[in-house]
Amino acid sequence: MKNPTCPRPGAALLFVALVALLPRLDAAEGTVLARPGVRPLAADLPVETAVLTEAPHVPPRITRQHAAKVIVNLEVREVVKRLADGVEYTFWTYGGNVPGSFIRVREGDFVEFHLNNHPTSKVPHNIDLHAVTGPGGGAASSFTAPGHSSQFSFTALNPGLYVYHCATAPVPMHIANGMYGLILVDPKDGMPPVDREYYVMQGEIYTAGRHGEGGLQNFDPMKAEDERPPYVVLNGSVGALVGDMALQAKVGETVRLYFGVGGPNLTSSFHVIGEIFDTVYVEGGVLPAQRHVQTTMVPAGGSTVVEFKVEVPGTYILVDHSLSRAFNKGALGMLKVTGAGNALTYSGKEIDEVYIGQASDAGFAASKREAELMAQKEAAIADNPRIAGFTKEIQLERGRKVFLTSCFACHMANGEGLPAVFPPLAGSDFLKADKDRAIKSVIKGLSGPITVNGKPYNNMMPPHDFTDDQVADVLTFAMNSWGNDFGAVSVSDVKRVRAENK
Amino acid sequence: MARCFIPVGWQQAGHLALVGFALLATLATTRAGPATQAGMTAIPAGTYRPLIRSQDEPAEISVAPFWLDIRPVTNAEYLAFVQAHPRWRRSQVSPLFADSGYLSDWAGDLELGPSAPVGAPVVRVSWFAARAYARAIDKRLPTIAEWERAAAAGFTQSEGAKEPGFPAQVLAWFTQPTPQPLPAAGSGRPNYFGARDLLTLVWEWVDDFNTAMVTGESRGDSGLDRNLFCGAGAAGIRDPSDFAGFMRAGFRSSVRASYSVPNLGFRCAQSP
Repeated sequence: MKNPTCPRPGAALLFVALVALLPRLDAAEGTVLARPGVRPLAADLPVETAVLTEAPHVPPRITRQHAAKVIVNLEVREVVKRLADGVEYTFWTYGGNVPGSFIRVREGDFVEFHLNNHPTSKVPHNIDLHAVTGPGGGAASSFTAPGHSSQFSFTALNPGLYVYHCATAPVPMHIANGMYGLILVDPKDGMPPVDREYYVMQGEIYTAGRHGEGGLQNFDPMKAEDERPPYVVLNGSVGALVGDMALQAKVGETVRLYFGVGGPNLTSSFHVIGEIFDTVYVEGGVLPAQRHVQTTMVPAGGSTVVEFKVEVPGTYILVDHSLSRAFNKGALGMLKVTGAGNALTYSGKEIDEVYIGQASDAGFAASKREAELMAQKEAAIADNPRIAGFTKEIQLERGRKVFLTSCFACHMANGEGLPAVFPPLAGSDFLKADKDRAIKSVIKGLSGPITVNGKPYNNMMPPHDFTDDQVADVLTFAMNSWGNDFGAVSVSDVKRVRAENK
Repeated sequence: MARCFIPVGWQQAGHLALVGFALLATLATTRAGPATQAGMTAIPAGTYRPLIRSQDEPAEISVAPFWLDIRPVTNAEYLAFVQAHPRWRRSQVSPLFADSGYLSDWAGDLELGPSAPVGAPVVRVSWFAARAYARAIDKRLPTIAEWERAAAAGFTQSEGAKEPGFPAQVLAWFTQPTPQPLPAAGSGRPNYFGARDLLTLVWEWVDDFNTAMVTGESRGDSGLDRNLFCGAGAAGIRDPSDFAGFMRAGFRSSVRASYSVPNLGFRCAQSP
């Protein structure tokens, strides 16, 4: 919400000049002033230089009760930095890091902004601060060639947490390369004090290589256009908030996170695993608008402020709960909480004992019941000749398939074999004579001279790597085809022969 | 004229320039121009499709054939120029025509030093200075249309955008830090028209750089918001995925004629 009675900061000088001429207008606005009744000229304001911090650190709270002229010196630098282990990327930064330096001013402050583009930069840059009321948010006024510096000024009219970013074409590339940060405009009365304040921002990186592909990676414009980032990261790189660099807090402290999304494209489902946000200043506004929130949605180019009291020691994981981004692309950070635990809030693991599944009482009863039912089924099949015949048909059909895969090449499809080379199965006295020998021949193979139907054969049959079922099926098929009626081979027959011939 | 400022001991480039002028005399008599021009390459007639245009501007601009320097102007060549033209020396240049960064990587007024190798492209020169250099040797700066026409070629095809891998290679330049000091001009692979280093060494001044786009203050002029910032940048754009084209347009509109920039040099053109 912009205050319609306030002028644009681009006209700040004109504005203060007018106000100087019209003190009553000023009084009517009821603005808080350094000197009651007279809005100070920018030149009259006390001057201070903004403290800029690198993420995850946040500048100290502003305690003064009056407006100031705040000078911000922000340097744009293009730097090669680690993106992930073994992966580097040329980041475009505000202040040398991603996200850019955290800027903190107070509502009503007159901000003199200097954007300095380092001489080694390849390209011009600028800055669009969402905290600025005016066309482009300062973008046009801060457009700066490499090795140059721009100045513009604005009054921080609206309190809140705002994203700033580069708005030089092609904007998605500038942002994807790391050109985003947060500016906090503290409300006049300040944010309520908390124990810890941290600065975390999410952004995507569109590398030409896949996630994890090593070396210095280039920007891939097609992936950016398709919004398919190989990396989604918190604070600029994979692991920027992990291990030694994790955020820290002690049990009983209240933590406030200033969380923003640079984008350029993805909306974050911001969540801290194992915590509930006690308070969310939704979308970075100044109202503690919602309480007891699990996951809060933060748009690209938007922010949120979340607060929570940490009650239980341990490690809490900050994620984008659009979880492929956390598990596969890097959108993950840690908050380590130290101190004494409180078993009433969270017990930790109380019992760890062996669970024996089916061997436990319930499982054992279930398996006993299953065996009973199987026995009933087999009895019913045996008692019913139609079903028994049907099951034999099924066995023959399965055996035929095995035969046509492995046996027919020698014994031929009609079971007659090749004269003097491969013995016949059809009408074979050798097959009919000894069921166990037949089983053993299939399992172990058979070689040397034999006599079948009075004719000598001397060849070699290889062993076959069939299951017991397959052996039973294929032999039953052979013993009941081409006019044979030699009985059947059961699985238990096969098992027995196999055991005898170990 | 060129002979005035070619110093003893600066033979190679001087010879090139002298040969160039000898040829130039011939060139003046024939409209078609000679088949070769020392240090320059012939860019045939063609078209340039502006990246950004308003509705009343044509989609394509015809570009007449012209000569273009094969490579950017080097520190050595520029040193010869300032020796002959004292008013363009670092200590004497008018602040109206060059800002305080002018030639600041040189060791002295007439001394290049380790940051500005002889064969490296001259950078930190203003548009005024680049134009004065070109005029002194009877050349000129190329226009945006000419420069873009020449740079649109790939290594093996007249349309680089259609050459596999070429656009990515161009874009890769932006994602690599500027080497210090800069490598020698002319060491890059020649493109389809024989020009080297157009896209991957330094930025280059063009004659009409300040028409690249309308920015902040003057956006009211045209009635069409052609501001290139943020999402507004995509309105009225020929090809929003031409990232490198955007960068060039953005770069040109970020500079003023007196600016000196650490990675901005120039090369000259000539009409037949």
